Amino acid sequence: MIRHLLSIRDLDPEGVERIIQTAGVFQQEGPRITRKYPTLRGKTVVNLFYESSTRTRTSFELAAKRLSADVVNFAVSGSAVEKGESLKDTAQTIEAMGVDAIVMRHASSGAPWRLAQWVQANVINAGDGMHEHPTQALLDLYTMRQHFPTLSGLRVAIVGDVVHSRVARSEVWGLQMMGADVTIVGPPTLLPPKVETWGAEVSTDLDAVLPKADVVYLLRMQLERMNAGFVPSLREYSRLWGLDTARASALKDEALIMHPGPMNRGVEISAESAELPRAVITDQVANGVAVRMALLYLMLGGRDAREEVPVE
Amino acid sequence: MSKAFILKGARVIDPGSSRDGTADVRVDDGVVTEVGRIGSNSAEVIDCDGLVLAPAFVDLHTHLREPGREDAETVATGTRAAARGGYTAVCPMANTDPVADSAGIVEQVVALGRAAGLADVYPVGAITVDLGGERLAEMGEMAASTARVNFFSDDGRCVNDAGLMRRAMEYARTFDAIICNHAEEGALAAGGHMNEGEMSSLLGIRGIPAEAEEVVVARDLALARLTGVRLHVPHVSTAGSVALIRAAKAAGARVTAEVTPHHLSLTDEVVATYDPVYKVAPPLRTREDVEALRAALADGTIDCVATDHAPHPQEDKEREFDHAPCGMLNLETALGVVLTDTQLPLARVVEAMSTAPARARGLDGHGGPIEPGQPANLVVFDPSATWTVEPAALASKSRNTPFAGRSLTGTVVHTIYRGRFTVRDKEDIDGQR
Repeated sequence: MIRHLLSIRDLDPEGVERIIQTAGVFQQEGPRITRKYPTLRGKTVVNLFYESSTRTRTSFELAAKRLSADVVNFAVSGSAVEKGESLKDTAQTIEAMGVDAIVMRHASSGAPWRLAQWVQANVINAGDGMHEHPTQALLDLYTMRQHFPTLSGLRVAIVGDVVHSRVARSEVWGLQMMGADVTIVGPPTLLPPKVETWGAEVSTDLDAVLPKADVVYLLRMQLERMNAGFVPSLREYSRLWGLDTARASALKDEALIMHPGPMNRGVEISAESAELPRAVITDQVANGVAVRMALLYLMLGGRDAREEVPVE
Repeated sequence: MSKAFILKGARVIDPGSSRDGTADVRVDDGVVTEVGRIGSNSAEVIDCDGLVLAPAFVDLHTHLREPGREDAETVATGTRAAARGGYTAVCPMANTDPVADSAGIVEQVVALGRAAGLADVYPVGAITVDLGGERLAEMGEMAASTARVNFFSDDGRCVNDAGLMRRAMEYARTFDAIICNHAEEGALAAGGHMNEGEMSSLLGIRGIPAEAEEVVVARDLALARLTGVRLHVPHVSTAGSVALIRAAKAAGARVTAEVTPHHLSLTDEVVATYDPVYKVAPPLRTREDVEALRAALADGTIDCVATDHAPHPQEDKEREFDHAPCGMLNLETALGVVLTDTQLPLARVVEAMSTAPARARGLDGHGGPIEPGQPANLVVFDPSATWTVEPAALASKSRNTPFAGRSLTGTVVHTIYRGRFTVRDKEDIDGQR
């Protein structure tokens, strides 16, 4: 298995498949994993979070604990970075304490790449700036695979604020690696420069895209974007790029609605459409624990999860 | 009084006298006294066979960080780096702390240069008070000071206010001074840390579009036409800026332009490591921009190479990319990078690094010609000798070279400042006052 997971592109399709299979083993008795496995007993995982993210941190913490690892949460405030507290010093401090893996969330794109140069531990990117969030992509690929026999040829529309989204990059590249056809939809002000080089279709017209999609994946639309002039108003954004029940009715019968959370109900997704049976948003959350368990398991020493015996 | 010596047998490249051929050069008391075939006589003879002898290099764009950031560089360490690079004249920018926006500061910088005795230091004065972009700095006081400042820039910050820039240009005509504006339109560049394009999108780093530079270059060329000021465009980084300058020159504008070694050499692809050693303003651009800059330097659209030598201590650069400051070391590597990464003829290299920048700022005694009676500001370099850039071996106080580990072709052998060696046989010689 790979030494670090910084980008979804650190994996190949076989690696993704192995993570999906392993997560499936952990979930074989149901989506909520209650058993504890001894695999990572004696190993220490640090959650190094420079941004508060209760959801992602909790998911990683549960995943590590269910593999019997010791988990330390190390939160650094953004103001410490502003004051010049050195990432290198922090990295060396944690390293000196003897840890096996560092799960890092940071507001600066690329911070996990810098960290990986300074430590021996395995580094897992839990979201860097507006760059990548590879474990989110993995749990989404896993969720899609629960509903479709293969990702190859799957038509996925990713909608919204792509330029600022760490989820979008990992999602697009992960899906493309697995053979899916991605369409990026959103206002031109929120699409990355030169997005046409990404090998995805690009559209500003959500209504034209929805009837063809197997999955519609809505990105979080933040209020700051309106204040910074990317869109005139959230109301107008919602009218043009939000998923309401009328739009959802244009989807194919088997199509899924996904969202990385937390949702801005009424902006990128209406409350009603988030509650539709085809919306698998809470499944994504449950699957996050299983996929992160699989990743930690494979990166930190486990071999074949089917041979693992739970301790409780 | 310095000893007389003869530099013997070098290929003398001196665009100022249109000389390019083997000749001997005699120096007495800091002045060139004879050029040609010189027979043996009482002076010391220094064999320069196989080497190039040229007017020493002139840097129009340097950051020496003193006063204020002596942990990054001082006038003494920066001019030592300059001497190693073959320079005898440097123009430190005004973004010191305090800012060089008054006669007292520019005179202090000149005095520090004299004390170091390694190169002539010609400070650049600020256009606006404290680089604030709001009120004109006292250009007249700086021009009348012993520093005799004739070149003004808020480098590091763009003068975004077109009305203020117009007034600065009009006012500068009082002293026939040159206006130089860091061309990065504030609102378009806001929050950006690298070139905007395919790479910035892949890396998730907010970009600065080429157009942020080009709209300011276009505006300043128009304002220079309106006011009649002499305009110098610093660190040109985009193909679009090249096209604007080429058109303005064709129309007879009083404009000169410079390009840095790193913009001639590196593209934004190196940012993929997220190492802030590659963070610079303006940012590294694309392969197409690099090609356009090389062509523009070759055909004279861009007049000169300037280093934008910008030292930063390790702790400032070993940070997250978006929290690190912009800037790269260049004085010691400029010749090697230009010779290694461009295909320019040697005569054009000498012109771009010496004759043209000296002419652009009117620095008498620098940039040649190498003729009897002229100050002996000379460089002797080996255009084919290679060396490897080792950050720890640099004279600069800082280590932020993007060329660490690179093998460069082109080695300075001697630097002669007013008839005295500051570098001899690649070894430092102490400065003299």
